[in-house]
Amino acid sequence: MSITALKSEAVVSPSTPKGASAPAKGAEIVRLAPSRPTPRTNRFAGYAHRVSVAVVPPLVVLLALLGIWELLCSGSGATLPPPSTIWQESYDLIVNPFFVNGSQDIGLGWRVLVSLQRVAIGFGLAAVAGILLGVIVGQSVWAMRGLDPIFQVLRTVPPLAWLPIALAAFRDSNPSAIFVIFITAIWPVIINTAVGVRNIPQDYRNVAKVLRLNPLEFFVKIMLPSAAPYIFTGLRIGVGLSWLAIVAAEMLTGGVGIGFFIWDAWNSSRLSDIIVALVYIGVVGFILDRLVAGIGAFVTRGTAAA
Amino acid sequence: MTAYLKLDHIDKSFARGGAVTEVLKEVSLDIAKGEYISIIGHSGCGKSTLLNIVAGLTQASAGGVILEGRQVDSPGPDRAVVFQNHSLLPWLSVYDNVRLAVDKVFSGTKSRAERNDWTLHNLDLVQMAHARDRRPSEISGGMKQRVGIARALAMEPKVLLLDEPFGALDALTRAHLQDSVMQIHAALGNTVIMITHDVDEAVLLSDRIVMMTNGPSARIGEVLDVRLPRPRRRLELVTDPAYLVCREAVLKFLYERHRFVEAA
Repeated sequence: MSITALKSEAVVSPSTPKGASAPAKGAEIVRLAPSRPTPRTNRFAGYAHRVSVAVVPPLVVLLALLGIWELLCSGSGATLPPPSTIWQESYDLIVNPFFVNGSQDIGLGWRVLVSLQRVAIGFGLAAVAGILLGVIVGQSVWAMRGLDPIFQVLRTVPPLAWLPIALAAFRDSNPSAIFVIFITAIWPVIINTAVGVRNIPQDYRNVAKVLRLNPLEFFVKIMLPSAAPYIFTGLRIGVGLSWLAIVAAEMLTGGVGIGFFIWDAWNSSRLSDIIVALVYIGVVGFILDRLVAGIGAFVTRGTAAA
Repeated sequence: MTAYLKLDHIDKSFARGGAVTEVLKEVSLDIAKGEYISIIGHSGCGKSTLLNIVAGLTQASAGGVILEGRQVDSPGPDRAVVFQNHSLLPWLSVYDNVRLAVDKVFSGTKSRAERNDWTLHNLDLVQMAHARDRRPSEISGGMKQRVGIARALAMEPKVLLLDEPFGALDALTRAHLQDSVMQIHAALGNTVIMITHDVDEAVLLSDRIVMMTNGPSARIGEVLDVRLPRPRRRLELVTDPAYLVCREAVLKFLYERHRFVEAA
C-alpha cells in the first residue's frame, strides 16, 4: 500500500505547479493515501509502547535493587543472604509452588491457599456485616450518634490484640484467626459504606419517594448502586488489612498458613525461605487489592461516569 | 364547584436556629382537570417550595393540597415530578430508568409484556426509543430531560409537576422540548403545574400563569388567563396581539411592580 501511495505522490506532484487549485487537490491525495495503513501499525506500536512503559521501568529498578542487595550481602560479615544464595537454598520453593512431600513439607502455593481461605471467610463475613452496619449508621442519625464513637474507638485496636480474646472465646485457632480477619476488615467497610449512604443525592431519594419504593427496594435499587463506589473503597482497604492481619495471626496460631511458615522458618533459621515467603505474600496482597479494585471498577462503571 | 386540584391556604416557614423564615403565605389556587398552569416569579420566591409541597416532598406549615377531594401530604406516583436536573439514575439504562417507574406503579395491574410495551410507548412519546439501551451519561442534557418526562408520564399521574424542566438547556433544545410537551399535553390532556422563570415559555405553554410576589412571605400576586387558541405555534404567536398582551402583562408584573431587589 505504501508503494502505491508513493507512486501516486510521484504522479501527482509534477502537476502541482500548473494551476492554483491543483496543489490543494494534489496535497489532499498524497495525505490521504499513506494515512490509511498507519492506524493499524499505530495500534500495535501503541500497545507495545504501553506494555513496555508499564513493565520496563519496574523491571529495571528491580534488577538494580537485586544487584545492590547482592553487593551488600556478599561480604563475609553479612547477616542476611544475598539473592544468589536464596536462589540456591530455596530453589524448590521458588520454582514449584505446589509440591507435596508430606503433611508439613508442602509448596508455598498450598500455604497461601490455606491463608486465602481464612481471609475469604473472614473478609466475606466482614463485607456483609460491614455493609449492613454501614447502611444503618449512614441512614439513621441516632444509630450514627450511638454507634459511630464506639466504632471509632474499636477500629484503632490493633488486630493481634483481639487474638487472645478470640482464642479464649472460640478455644480453637482456626476460628480465632478468622475472627481476627473479620474484626480487622470490618471497620473501613462500615465507615465507607456509611459515608456513601449519607452522600446519596437528595434527588435520588426524591425519586424513590415519588415512586413510593419500599425500604428493601430502596436498598437494592438506589442505595447499593449509589453508594457502591464508597463501599468498594472500604472493601479495598479492608482486604488489604485482612491480608496484613492473617500473616500476623497465623504466626501465633500455627497450622498450615503462610504466616506460620515464616515463624517455622525463623525457628529453624531458614532465612532464605522467609524471604521467598515475603515475596509470595507481597504478590498475593497486590493481586487481592487489584482484584477488589477491578470488581469495583466493573460494578460502579455507571455511577462513576455520572 | 370543587376543583380537581386545590391548593388551600398554604403557609410555609422554615425554622433555622432561633430564626423563623416565612417563605410562603396564604397561597390558594384552584386548578381544573387538564389545565396547564405555570408558576413564575423571581428566584427565591418559593416557587420550588410550593411545587415540593404539591409533590408531598415538603410539608406545608399550614393549609394543604387537595387532589380529587382527598388531602395529599406524602409523595406518590399520582403527582409525578420532572426534576430540574432530570434525576435519572446513572447506573440504569434509559429503558430501565423508565421501567423502574412502570414496574413500581403497574406491578399489580399490568403483565410483564404490557409493562415492557408501556415503557417503550412512553419512550416513543418523547422520541427517545432509539436510545433505550444507553446510560444517562451517554446522552445529551435535552435527551436526559426527555427521559425524565417519559418516566413521569409513564406513571400516568393525575398531575404532572415540572420543576424548571428546561432551565438547564440551551435555547434551541428548549424550544424543541417545549413543542414536545405541548404535543403531549394536547394528546393526553394532563393536568400540569410548571415552575419557570422564562416569560415566553410561560405564555406559550400555559392556560393560566400564576405570578408570585417576591419572598419572604411570597404569595400569589396575580393570575393571568392566557386566552390563546391551541394548538399554538411558536412562529405565529410572535406577532399575535393577544400573545404580546400576555407577555407584557407578565413582564410588567415581574419588572415594574415586583422588581427583584437583590439582597446585597
